[in-house]
Amino acid sequence: MGSVLGKVLRVNLTTGAIYTEELSAKLSKEFIGGRGLGGKMLADEIPVGIDSLSAENKLFFVTGPLTGTTAPTGGRYMVVTKSPLNDVIASSNSGGFWGAELKFAGYDLLVVEGKATEPVYISIKDDLVEIKHAGHLWGKNTNETTDLLLKEFGDPKARVANIGTAGEQLSRIACIMNDRWRAAGRSGVGAVMGAKNLKAIVVRGSNKVEAADPDKFKEHVKDAMLRIKENGVTGQGLPAYGTAVLVNIINEAGILPTNNFQYGVFPDAEEISGEAVAEKYMKKKDPCFRCPIACGRYCEVDGVGGGGPEYETVWAFGSDCGISDLKAVIKANNACNEVGVDTISAGATIAAAMELYQRGFIKDADLDGGPALQWGNGEAIVEWVKRMADKKGFGAKLAMGSARLAAAYGAPDLSMTVKKLELPAYDPRGLMGHGLQYATANRGGCHVRGYMISPEILGMPEALDRFSIEGKAEWVKIFQDLTAAIDSSGLCLFTSFALGAKEYAELLTAATGVNYSAEDVLTSGERCFNVERLFNFAEGYTAADDTLPKRFLEDPMPAGPSKGHLHRLKELLPKYYEIRGWDAEGMPGDKRLKALGL
Amino acid sequence: MLKITVKLFATLRHNRFKVAEHEYFAAPTILAVAEELKIPREELALTMVNGVLVPVEHLLQDGDTLSIFPPVGGG
Repeated sequence: MGSVLGKVLRVNLTTGAIYTEELSAKLSKEFIGGRGLGGKMLADEIPVGIDSLSAENKLFFVTGPLTGTTAPTGGRYMVVTKSPLNDVIASSNSGGFWGAELKFAGYDLLVVEGKATEPVYISIKDDLVEIKHAGHLWGKNTNETTDLLLKEFGDPKARVANIGTAGEQLSRIACIMNDRWRAAGRSGVGAVMGAKNLKAIVVRGSNKVEAADPDKFKEHVKDAMLRIKENGVTGQGLPAYGTAVLVNIINEAGILPTNNFQYGVFPDAEEISGEAVAEKYMKKKDPCFRCPIACGRYCEVDGVGGGGPEYETVWAFGSDCGISDLKAVIKANNACNEVGVDTISAGATIAAAMELYQRGFIKDADLDGGPALQWGNGEAIVEWVKRMADKKGFGAKLAMGSARLAAAYGAPDLSMTVKKLELPAYDPRGLMGHGLQYATANRGGCHVRGYMISPEILGMPEALDRFSIEGKAEWVKIFQDLTAAIDSSGLCLFTSFALGAKEYAELLTAATGVNYSAEDVLTSGERCFNVERLFNFAEGYTAADDTLPKRFLEDPMPAGPSKGHLHRLKELLPKYYEIRGWDAEGMPGDKRLKALGL
Repeated sequence: MLKITVKLFATLRHNRFKVAEHEYFAAPTILAVAEELKIPREELALTMVNGVLVPVEHLLQDGDTLSIFPPVGGG
């Protein structure tokens, strides 16, 4: 039968209805799974213009055809919903083990609809699916909830996805945590769970996921494993130092956002580098399901352990807040995981608050007696993350994200966001391709929708001049399309350092029994990207939203290796629209949509 | 004499250094500096001069900062 099980599990929290239905083979083939499939189904099923925190919104937990198989990194799943942060299509990817377990229980995807009248959780044990009371879990952090649920479920091998107190309070930067410290982090997906009064989903499955052609699949898995092992990044770099090894590289290039993107060089980068994490606090590696890369870290500070910190977390709470105290950064990371907020958005929002404080928009009297928001104040980042779970006061303001915070204080330009989503750890003034990708990513300011750092900084698959705009529109399109396909497959994006469209096509074909060529894989990614674009345009987004914060377009980088550069977005966008087959207003054209079967 | 600042990262620091000043009579290539430091060719994954990615054949100038990274990446 193949690795697509053909089964959708639906749970309606308003009516209490629990049922399964057949997954459309046509949709499954055309959109692969994960981000593509979830995006298409969400776009088809929810009306335009609904409140993302209302019962009308739906939450899709979607695996891919390779989730739960023996393919390397085959543990990923996607949370797809309408984002409460920015009303665009949200698709947040997570690793760990939860996604594979959902597949073992017999489902390709879970769709949560409606809204419960009181706190509940969903319990899945193969065919036995129940909605259970969660009043005793409401108000608990993610670790406590996980402990209690594993005990209640009676099987330590069960897997728990849940929200923390931030999600309960409808923080628009709340995430969904699974397996304790893996996160479907971005776009406020945790608030959608909170709005549905859904605290957690526990899952345990006893089935195996089989490939349609086991012999061929085994052969392709072996080949993929070898490529991953032999590639310098996936075979050596990421296993040895994790993602935080990027701190020094990005700082050397003069694009490590510092003090809310005011500068691109952080003098104390060494103190918060991946090398420092490994030397001082790392206790062990913490790999996801079937991952030979094992970039995950487990660190301990002052006797308290936890997963991470990742590069994005180290940057957001480190250089972006002017902080060189790695211990404070790790504590802030753990606090984010416990209250359940996205580490990028949380750190970047505190950094924006610090600049608002620096420039006198936020005053001490606004801070409810909490720590001052001075650059470099380690106590402030830890305490303010904890207060993001507060019902009111300044902590609750922070929990709404940087765009709403800066607007509330009358300085919207100090929010470093695209489409209200906080930008990640690379200043686009030294990266023409990556900046274009920020401006056009469908969920807003995001680095993992087309990771142009790879050719522009890491020299892979070939080195591109990062200050040049030549050929960048074409590169961004291909990277975005391939990324959408990988996000749909159930594999981790990091495999793309070692694998290409051909290898993904081979794995998918042998696993599903449906024939995919390399071109089919890229086309499926492009289809996904256009479905997302159409969703956003229907919600009122226009080409004017394909932009970057004013700072990157008007204020040249003040110092360092990227000194004097601005982002040249206006020169890049027309070409990008053209090669995407979109009109001058950025709207997908009929001809391209028809070619994609949309 | 030309002065070059050499910075090493990740595993390249083992039994070497984080940062050092090197002096040369004539402009060396990155490859020549790496050979002097006994860094194998395959370990030169990423070579930057003053923050810009350059090939290993690049000739260094007085006052340059050379940063050498082994294969690393992330996201």
